[in-house]
Amino acid sequence: MTLTSGRAPVTGKRVQLMATCLCDAFHDDVAAATVEVLEHLGCEVAFPEGQTCCGQPAFNGGDWDSSRRVVRHTVRTFSGDDPVVVPSGSCAAMLFHGAALEFEHEPDLGAVQGLGRRTWELGDYIVNGLGVRSWPGRLDAAIALHRSCHTRGTGSSEAVALLLASIDGVRLVEIGEAEQCCGFGGTFSVGFPHISAAMGDLKLDHVRAVRPDLLVSGDTGCLMHLSGLAAREGIKLRTMHFAQVLRDALRKRG
Amino acid sequence: MRTQPIDQVAAGLPAETKTAVYEGSKIGHEKRTKLLFDHYGDPNRLRTLAGEIKQHVVENLDTYLPAVEARLVANGAKVHWAATAEAACEAVYSILKARGAKKLVKAKTMVSEEIELADYLEKRGIEALETDLGEFIVQLDHDHPSHIIKPIIHKNRRQIAELFEKSGLGAYDDEPGMITQRARQFLRHKYLEADAGLTGANFVVAESGRLVIVTNEGNSRFCLAATRCHIALVGIEKILPRDRDLALFLNLLARSGTAQQLTVYNEFILGPRAAGQPDGPDEMHVIFVDNGRTDVLATECRDILRCIRCGACLNVCPVYRQAGGHAYRSVYPGPVGAVLSPLLLGRRFPEKADLPKASSLCGACNEVCPVDIPIPDLLLRLRDKAHAEGIKSPGTPPMGFWALLATQPAAWKAALAGGRIINHIPTKLIPIPALRAWESKRDLPPWRGGEFRKWLKMRRKQPGKGQSPPK
Repeated sequence: MTLTSGRAPVTGKRVQLMATCLCDAFHDDVAAATVEVLEHLGCEVAFPEGQTCCGQPAFNGGDWDSSRRVVRHTVRTFSGDDPVVVPSGSCAAMLFHGAALEFEHEPDLGAVQGLGRRTWELGDYIVNGLGVRSWPGRLDAAIALHRSCHTRGTGSSEAVALLLASIDGVRLVEIGEAEQCCGFGGTFSVGFPHISAAMGDLKLDHVRAVRPDLLVSGDTGCLMHLSGLAAREGIKLRTMHFAQVLRDALRKRG
Repeated sequence: MRTQPIDQVAAGLPAETKTAVYEGSKIGHEKRTKLLFDHYGDPNRLRTLAGEIKQHVVENLDTYLPAVEARLVANGAKVHWAATAEAACEAVYSILKARGAKKLVKAKTMVSEEIELADYLEKRGIEALETDLGEFIVQLDHDHPSHIIKPIIHKNRRQIAELFEKSGLGAYDDEPGMITQRARQFLRHKYLEADAGLTGANFVVAESGRLVIVTNEGNSRFCLAATRCHIALVGIEKILPRDRDLALFLNLLARSGTAQQLTVYNEFILGPRAAGQPDGPDEMHVIFVDNGRTDVLATECRDILRCIRCGACLNVCPVYRQAGGHAYRSVYPGPVGAVLSPLLLGRRFPEKADLPKASSLCGACNEVCPVDIPIPDLLLRLRDKAHAEGIKSPGTPPMGFWALLATQPAAWKAALAGGRIINHIPTKLIPIPALRAWESKRDLPPWRGGEFRKWLKMRRKQPGKGQSPPK
């Protein structure tokens, strides 16, 4: 939990949703599922319309000037004191870790750290923020959970595993070499397409070895890469964000 | 489509090399993790503590270096300071020349690779023979190490047996025991012929001046026992404050590097042969090598100087596993090398500015590092440095236009709507390199820009009716 140790505790149930640029452009259903999941928990979900991206692509690409401009926009967009909840371990880590790194010599570091302290990855928020330990409903599936790399040092992966395992009908299956990256890595996937795909193939091998019905992750980036790779190679693979799993389980409440 | 240099190397790597590197590093990582967690309830606390101790040393080198020099001198060693690789080579050569030495036996030291000592000495008529088995094979093959502690991780036994046959060390036999025996037979009498022995040092303790050298083959011990002159090449960052710190560091180094409880041979050297001692070199020289390290100290990447060269970050790194060590064009490959190698170049940083890009920033390196170096953060700092210095590298999409969109909500929304066009045009016709690189390996999902926002508006307008459509 080293990355999230300075975080403000959750007091109310008003949250601001950061949908992420990937959901904004490709995976709208993940963002929609996030809204339904949060509303099921009694949260009042605000969606600041001016939101764009967390700034990570330029941060990782080395263009910190551009990244800082986007982060400043994000800080302005998500003003106030309400927690910011994001269905991505990667964007969350950008806000509570990466942004602080690129702002360490900037006069507005304090504002950036302030946003970081109230930013939560969705699973972390549900379990460690709200204290929810189990999930209602039903989903009959063997699920392989891909622990995305940017949740290292946070409570997210354990939180998501806890929620998924608590759903009636869900059986979690462990995939081999879980600590190995899937090869997405944002700009890495286009700068190093060969290595990125080779890493993805190894991950797909491990996933297929345990024959899950579903590959689930908390990061759409990883899923987009793995499902895109599987599709290209003619491998049948169903992927879902865990928010979609939680939402679908809710729909099958008895 | 141009991709990063390291990606191109990985794409062209022979299958058997890739297998050797992949299997070697995977096994190393798995054994390391099992051992650490079997032996310690919370190895991460040890990593944190070790990191704090080394960071303290790095930030107080100005007091530790004179202190360690005073101790070494009091113990009877001669201390030399080498600001550059050239100066370090000259220091070794002048010691050998003064003794009329013609033959040097070398234990494994990465600093000697870094300063290209063997070449320097060969050109001046001095034989510098590697005695570590892996380094011996590398030397025999005129190759370069591709791993910090497993120099020949990229070779398999067939290749080694063929090399031995070609080098006149016996008919083809790829049985590892036989390979080792042949190297041993060749090397044994070389120790006795040698005029001086050269080693590195894993640690030098400030309070005692004690040099600590760990090996698994005992070859450094032979280098010392059989020669009258011991030369130790030591990077200036190798200092530990107290003898008792060795308990922590030797335990972490052995487990992280070779998945051993303790390395087989641990030498603690407190000076040259003292009066009354039967054996050991009469002369002991310690050459402290800077070669760019104080420049690294002046940067915000100084944490990399904590490194104790265990190689755990190489073993776990998915990029290293795919590309191998030679892809990094450096003595220090893998995650640590991607930070250290460009920095050690100083003003020639641009030559290796692509190395810090060779990471998905997965963070596995930081998770295994025995001194908890935040390697991903340092890689990111160097990416920013490269960009700030205007160094171009292929495969990095320009971010200026993206930042423009991402700071103008109206433009962002327009782009979300406009992006739909990619659903109707073959990707081949879209002149965006990043998109082509993506599509070279993976399908792109359909563009659904702005759909979520539409859905949310609908849901807010008609409570109860905004349930997301089933997939």
